[in-house]
Formats: sequence, structure tokens, C-alpha cells
Amino acid sequence: MVQLLEDKDRIFTNLYGLQDWRLEAAKKRGAWLGTKEMIEQGHDWVVNQTKASGLRGRGGAGFPTGLKWSFMPKEVGKRPHYLVVNADESEPGTCKDREMMRHDPHLLIEGCLVASFAMRAHAAYIYLRGEYILERHRLQAAIDEAYAAGLVGKNACGSGWDFDVYVHHGAGAYICGEETALLESLEGKKGQPRLKPPFPANAGLYGCPTTVNNVESIAVVPTILRRGAEWFTSFGRDNNKGTKVFSISGHVNKPCNVEEALSIPMKTLIDEYAGGVRGGWDNLKCVIPGGSSVPLLPKEICDTVLMDFDALREHQSGLGTAAVIVMDKSTDVVKAIARLAYFYKHESCGQCTPCREGTGWMWRVMERMVRGEAETSEIDMLLNVTKQVEGHTICALGDAAAWPIQGLIRHFRHEIEDRIDNYRAGKPVFVPQNFVEAAE
Amino acid sequence: MSDLRKINIDGTEFEMPGEYTVMQACEEAGAEIPRFCYHERLSIAGNCRMCLVEWVGAPKPQASCALQVKDMRPNRDGTPANIRTDSETVKKAREGVMEFLLINHPLDCPICDQGGECDLQDQAMAYGRDSSRFEENKRAVDDKFMGPLVNTVMTRCIQCTRCVRFITEVAGVQEIGLASRGEDAEITTYLEQSLTSELSGNVIDLCPVGALTSKPYAFNARPWELDSVESVDVMDAIGANIRIDSRTGRVLRILPVINEDINEEWISDKTRFVWDGLSRQRLDQPYIRKNGKLVPAGWDEALALVAEKLSGDPEKIAAIAGDLCDAESMKALKDLMDGLGVKSLDCRQDGAKIDASNREGYLFNTTIAGLEDADAILLVGTNPRLEAPLVNTRIRKTWVAGGLNIGMIGEAVDLTYDYDHIGTSPEDIAAFTKSTKGFARKFKSAKNPIIIIGSGAMARKDGAKILRACGELAQKFGIGQSGWNILHGAASRVAGLDMGFVPGENGRDLDGIIDGAASGEIETVYLLGADEIATPKLEKAFVIYQGSHGDNGAHVADVILPGAAYTEKDGLYTNMEGRVQMGFAAVSPKGEGKPDWAIIRALSGHMNRELPYDNLEQLREKLLADNPVFEGIDYIAETAADTMFEPAKLGESGKVLKAAFQSPIEDFYMTNPIARASKVMAECSEVVSDTKLREAAE
Repeated sequence: MVQLLEDKDRIFTNLYGLQDWRLEAAKKRGAWLGTKEMIEQGHDWVVNQTKASGLRGRGGAGFPTGLKWSFMPKEVGKRPHYLVVNADESEPGTCKDREMMRHDPHLLIEGCLVASFAMRAHAAYIYLRGEYILERHRLQAAIDEAYAAGLVGKNACGSGWDFDVYVHHGAGAYICGEETALLESLEGKKGQPRLKPPFPANAGLYGCPTTVNNVESIAVVPTILRRGAEWFTSFGRDNNKGTKVFSISGHVNKPCNVEEALSIPMKTLIDEYAGGVRGGWDNLKCVIPGGSSVPLLPKEICDTVLMDFDALREHQSGLGTAAVIVMDKSTDVVKAIARLAYFYKHESCGQCTPCREGTGWMWRVMERMVRGEAETSEIDMLLNVTKQVEGHTICALGDAAAWPIQGLIRHFRHEIEDRIDNYRAGKPVFVPQNFVEAAE
Repeated sequence: MSDLRKINIDGTEFEMPGEYTVMQACEEAGAEIPRFCYHERLSIAGNCRMCLVEWVGAPKPQASCALQVKDMRPNRDGTPANIRTDSETVKKAREGVMEFLLINHPLDCPICDQGGECDLQDQAMAYGRDSSRFEENKRAVDDKFMGPLVNTVMTRCIQCTRCVRFITEVAGVQEIGLASRGEDAEITTYLEQSLTSELSGNVIDLCPVGALTSKPYAFNARPWELDSVESVDVMDAIGANIRIDSRTGRVLRILPVINEDINEEWISDKTRFVWDGLSRQRLDQPYIRKNGKLVPAGWDEALALVAEKLSGDPEKIAAIAGDLCDAESMKALKDLMDGLGVKSLDCRQDGAKIDASNREGYLFNTTIAGLEDADAILLVGTNPRLEAPLVNTRIRKTWVAGGLNIGMIGEAVDLTYDYDHIGTSPEDIAAFTKSTKGFARKFKSAKNPIIIIGSGAMARKDGAKILRACGELAQKFGIGQSGWNILHGAASRVAGLDMGFVPGENGRDLDGIIDGAASGEIETVYLLGADEIATPKLEKAFVIYQGSHGDNGAHVADVILPGAAYTEKDGLYTNMEGRVQMGFAAVSPKGEGKPDWAIIRALSGHMNRELPYDNLEQLREKLLADNPVFEGIDYIAETAADTMFEPAKLGESGKVLKAAFQSPIEDFYMTNPIARASKVMAECSEVVSDTKLREAAE
């Protein structure tokens, strides 16, 4: 039996909003404790501790956070440094940052201060998803509280470090969650990804050295520093250390967000926290383990797979944002992936050719496959088109659009073929499996 | 270029400057890289993905237009990074991108004006697959209205954004943008308003497909049917290099030819679209006014009449050369007039009080390309955007690159860059000379300060005094010859001044000629293509008009001698920098029209005063012998050393008037007889005045 994470080891102790989110209550939960002392240890200490903790970016790509910070210039030249927090949480299935900002905003604000200090930035911008209205109010109120208490602003926490934090509200475009598109949008331009290099650490916001981090990556840092890197590394397998908030949705009995240690078996995660799959584990068809962008995994893999970066990668999927989308046997998986294809077609910025043209093409072929109105040979053609998009675009949206379809073809090719055959034979193209069982 | 990096391209090692893009490095190494969005003179967008190359070891192919050689890490073993442009990965990547570009591109090449000179066609042939796998419906996009010049078929657009980048970066107006996103992304002007930039036609050249094509040229010809001649533009004084395309004796379009020293790769809309004026309002045979009406006549009859009129008292004869004349025709007329003893000659038909005795005093000495080294520019009484759009483009280019301060004494107009507005009146010149604050401080501390004086600023009564005031200003701020610039508006002007087509001793200048004609002291006026003068005042005099178009001059003429337009004759033109360029005939003159120098030569025969040349070569030899500055074609003749130049001695001293400077160009599209005959130019003119009205209403 797998040891579950104990409450004492949870970073987000108010993830469900059972307690007050305000400063007083947050302080009682441990926020803002010893912040000044952390800063007094110096820039490099913060960076090194973060490196030592093995924290990997929580926004999807899983790039080591401390390493990312160390790319910032060591001295502030003519251009100021900036921290930008990516709170444009738009990945379908993902709703972890939302809960953090609603119920534990002070952890994020404290994280902004510490992270900004580490990279010698005096200002942090939190770029908030357009649809997050309540979160904006809540976050702003928390920031106001922090200013009033002297925790941020001039001489933040009495540390001698001047620090300002701003909330910027986006307009609700998925692409603005891509870090350079986010910077464009923050600068007031159309949200289109930039070419890299130069990377933001060299030329980011307004051409100045900038680091863009996910909300969760920033919010966990103060607690890691308070409790020590060793504490954080005591969870998870090598290279996949720490705790992580998982968003579990879909065909489970109790959809939820939960903070757990990385490398927890997927089955345990779903059974213990989400009340298990609707109709029991054997009714599971497949799981998208990390937000809509990553390839799905069929039940055989889900039986044993661990929820961390490397384990999921071995199975040609990814941890992504750790948004676990569960689908039981009633699911029309071809249609589900077609819907995702539509999402990416709708959200493509249109800047570069493979994504602009490819997402629409892939979606249209997928729609035909849902109806069975396709040739069997077109499955391979579709797979080839996804490969033509993947890796040929400016940003990762092209990859994100290609992967779900690749996952579908990899694991459920037979379902597409059946549909095509059924359509030709004049039969209904899709009959949910549990209905079949009911009929027998 | 000290920062050389080693890089391995297709198996051969090269040393390339670090700031090169991988695309440049590959081209240098002889590997061709296909591209759509990349353009040397625009910012890098990296969006077409056609230029992908393989960086051996990298997980995905790289856009070579956006990657710099210095960003290429060496391999783990220390050997230089390997770039492949011929590998299977690259071939597949190109085929993939090509396929994506073509799935939504219509198959309407047979009715597309870009056909035959289309990047997409060419690259599809070279890098595409042979068949399509796309079974869905193709996307259709509504065409956008962009004004009278640019025709749009937006379904053909491949969203490379070259047009957006050109209009924003080079033309300096934000009139085209990419609206919507994903596959719905569309290039459009804001609310489908007409483009107002005077450089808008360049987007037609930039468009790699047939989305933006020339409206006036639409469905006129296929590129392979056209005869092309490279020549020189005469719409303004910069002498932009152009290619004249014609078919069956008609000019059908004009395109830019690259000349880094002058027009780079651009031309103004007037240069590009004036050609329809070449077939309207043409003077195609000699006319003689009889009983108040112009009636057709034969050459002999007309020339005999002119010869008779010119045989009178030389004191009572005058000649004015217009803006579009070639040097040879002015030289022939000058030689003829000199022989007759006529002293009242003027080539400054705008009446500018330019000092013709001092060559460096009336040239654009900094040169157009030299503007890029300036760090402070003072504009006096000029609107370069209208008077020489490509000079304005250079100033903007330098300004965008940074480190350039600009000051302006004159009308506060939108020049597409920021400037300090110092004043509007000539009096502000002297005030600025004394000033040490604001822009004067920046101007004083500049390393390469230059002054640009519009020739229009001197086309007023106090013109000579304004010139002196500017000269004193230049002296005070230590501006030598290399920073002294007169911005001319007319293609013929500098050649005319160089050869001395100005009043001789006791001769009358333009104002004197016109007043004399009105009062009867001048009885015969020879207009060589001169139309932009107060022609009604010439009614009393006997007017000989030689030119190509029936315009103001022809209206008051008593004899009309049909000449050739600039596309119809070989000729030399000296641009504002003093650069002599040779234009070539693309088609023959209309009807009985003849090259202008030949008409004057024939006239001299009728007067029994044969000019000493029987062909253009001999005429040029005479021109060169008399005026060595015409020697070096395409080069700027050397002038006296910098130290000899004393700007404070130009013009004449005296008090300048209070009246504010006004641009000599009221309507950019209507500045010469050819433009006034052009329907397209009339439409452009209307668009601009409508836009002004709308903006005023807002």
C-alpha cells in the first residue's frame, strides 16, 4: 500500500477554502514566516536552495525552476529584471492555480517576493487569465493587505528589498499562456509567441531580462525554503521530487484538486482522492494524465503508471499540468479528441504556417473520422500531418495540437477503423460499450 | 567583422560572422534557402517556416532566418555546429510547410496576376510534393478594400505579414494589420479604409503570392510578354531607378530596380502608378494657334513659325525649362538661345532663389545613403514626405535605428518620425542660430549634424535671404559641405543649374520673364515642358510649348511642338545629390512626337544656326566638354574640398519675411503634367483629400 501524503507535509493547507484566505489566517498557516530571514541569506542562497529542492516547473514543461532562475544575469545592468507569473491557466482540465489564488493567495505573493529577490527583480507581474474575475479581486485584495502590512512595497518585510507586484488581467486567449505570447500581451500587443532565441532571460518583458514562472512553481518556493530542500526532496522519485497539486476531473465519483507527492501511482491517486472511476476501475477506458495537450493513456498503462514527469514520458505521454482527465467506457474517445482538435484549431494564433493550416486540417479530418466518413489510409495520413506540425512551429501549441491525436491513433486506432467499417456497412458508427453490456 | 565563428554547412566548414543569420550563412556557403516571410529590409517574423534547416543534434528543425550564427553552440566534442540544408529532415520539413501553405491556397494561377512571377509557384515547383492529400473544402477569405492602387484577393494570402511589416516599419504608418487568429487570421486595413501611404505600392512587390496585386495593371499582361527597360524616374529629384515594362509600344507598369545609394528597393506610388498618364492628354502632333484656336500643323510649318519668332530681338525672348526635362534637351535649347544672344533663361520654374554659381551650395551633399550616418538633422521649409518620399524613408530608417535627433523649421506635418518643432517662419532660422537650448544643444553636440533645406523654402520673395540665413546657421553649427543639403523637387533641376540654364548677364529670371511677358517687354517665351508656372500671365506673349502633355503650358501656347515623355527618350538626369544617371527609352514617342533634343536641333536648322551635333552621342560629347560634371554616369562628380565651402556667403543678406513656410507641394499626386493626366493619380488624390476631410471631421 502506498503511503499517502500527510496533511503536515502539504504546502497548500487551504486548498479547499475551508479557512479564511486573508492575511491573518494565512500567517497562522505559516505564510510570511521568516521571509525576511530568507532574503537576508542572499540571492544565490535562494537560487541554490531551489535548485537543491529539485523543483521542476509546474506549468507543463517541467523545466527545473532553480536552473531557470540562474539564467538571469548575475548583475543588474541598464535594464531592470522582471518576474512574470503565468496565471493564465487555460489548459483544459487544469484548475489548480485557480484554487491557490482563491484560497492561498498569500503564498503566491510571498513566493513572488522571494523569487523576484532571487533574480534581482524589483517588480513582478501576475498575468491572470481573462476568465478569472473572482481570482483577480481576491488576489488584488490580498496584495493590498500585503502592502498595508509592509510585506511588499518599499523595504518589503523589512528586508531592505524594494518590491512591487502587479496583477494584469488578460483577455482570455489560450495562446497568452505561452510565455512569450504572454509577454507580448502584457506589453499591450497582440498575443503571438516570439521567436526564441532570444530567450526571456536575455530579452523578455520590454526587452529586459525576465523569468516567467507558473503560479504553483512560485507559490511553493517559500515553504520549500522554510522547511528546507531536503524536506521537499523526500517526496517522489529522483528527478521528480516534491509535491504537486493534481486536478482530477472527468468520469470519477468526486472530481477534485489534491496535493500529493509526485510519483504516486495514478490508480491510487484516482481511487483515494477522487472516489474512484465511475463504475469501478474496470470501467476505465483511458486517462489524459496532464491536461489536454498530452497524449492519452489506455487502461492497461493506467493500471501501473506513476504520476511523474519521467514515468509518463516513458509511456510517450507527459505530466503536463498534472490535470488528470478520466474517461470511462461510455466515452466516445474519437469524438473527445476531435473536440480537443477543435479547441487547438480555435486557439491557434495564426502566426506560423504549420499550426495555422495544420490545426484546421487535423480537426476536419477528425470530425470525419468521428462520423466514419473517411478512408482507412487517412489514419496514417492524419498521423503524418501531426508529425508535420509537431516541432515545426514557433511555439509549443503546434505540438500540443498534434499530441492528443497521436495518442489516439497510438492506442485506439482500432476504434477509428471500426467506425470507418461500420459507416461503410451502414451500421451505427459508435455504440458505447456499457450500453452493449446492458443489452446483453 | 572580427567575430568570426566556425560553422559546418552541409559537410563543409566555414567561418562566418557571428551576427549573420544561419540563412545568410547558408546563402554565403552556396546553399539556397527557400523563404516567404523573410525579407532583407524588414524585421524578422519567422512565421512561414519555409526556411527550416536541420541543426544536427537539435530535437527539431530550426528557422534559419531567425537563428544567428553566434547562437549556435558547438557540438559536445567541440567541433563546429552542423547545419544541413540537404538532408531528408529538411526536405520533409519543406514539403510539409509547402503542403500547409497550399491546402488553403486557391488553384487559380491561370487567372492570377502574380502568375509567372510568384514565389509560391516557383517554390512549390522546387520544394513541394507532386500531389495533394487535402480532401476538405478550401478556405475562402473576403477580399479587402485597400484603395485605388492595391488589388486584393485575400484567399491567396499566406499570412507572411511582409505587407504589415513594410507599412509599419518602412512606410511608418499603421495601416495594415493581421486581424483575428488561427486559420481565420486575415490581412486587412483598419475598417477596410484606403491606404494613404505614399509608398503603399511597394506591398505589391513584397507580396510573395497574388494576394496583393496592382489594381491599375490588373489583367493587362503576363510577365513573359513584357519588354523591360531599366531607366530613371523623373517624378522627383532623387532619380529612383526603375524598370519600365511595356508591350506593343505601351508602358504597362513601372517597378523599382535596386539601387542602395538611392531608392534601395522602394519607389513611391507616383513613380509606380503614373504610367497611365503616359497615354492620356498626349501632344502627338504639332499645333499652331490660328484665330484663337489650336489647329494641327506639319512639323515644317510649326518650326518655320517658331524660327521666325525667335529671330527677333533677343532681349524680348525668354526660355523656361520645366521639371521633367532631360539634360540633353536643356543643353540644346541653351546652346540655341546662347547663339541667339538670349539671356533670359531659367530652369527654376518654381522661382527658387538658388545660387547657381556655387555647385555645392545647391546639391544634396550628404547624399541619400549618407543620411544613415547623420545623428542630427535640421529640416528647413520642407516636407520630405511629399517632396522626396524616399529621402523621408531614409531619415525614418536612420531614426528607427536610433540615435538620430530631428528638428524642423516649417509646417508641423506628420513625417512618420518624431521631431522637435522649432518654428514655422523664416525668422525662426536666425533665432535658432542664436539658441543654445533644446534642439540647438543636441544639434551643436552632434557628430554629424546636417541641414536639409527644401528648394520650396527659397521659392518666395525672400528666398535668397532665407538661403543666407540658413548658411549662417550652418556656419555657426560648424556644418560643412558634407552636411549641407538642398532638397530639390524636380528631376531636371540640378542638371539645369549645372549647365547654367539660368539668366545670363542682365537676363531676367523666372519672375522677370513672367512679369515681362505680362507687361509686353518679353514677346516670345519658349517653354520646354514648363507647366507649373503662372501661365495665364503669358497670354500676351507668343508662347512656344514643347512637351509631351497638353497641360497648362499647352493651353496658352501659340505653337506646340510635341516632344517625348521620359519613357520615350534616352536622356541624362542629374539627381539632387549631383549624381548623373542615364535613362533609356522603353517605347517610342506618341504620334509625330520626337525626342526633345532632336526638335531643337531641327529648329536650329530652320534658323540656319545648326547646332554642332547630329546625334545624341555628339550632343553628350559637347555637354561633357562644356560641363565636366556630367562625366561619371551613376557617380557623384567631385566638388571642391570641404574647406572651400562657405555657406554663409550663399544668397543675399537682408531681413526675411514673417510669413510661415509652406510646402511647395499641395497635392503629392498632381505635381507634373504626366501625373495630372493620370486617372490613377486622380483617384489617389481624391482618397487623400477624403481622408483629410474625414480626419478633420473627427
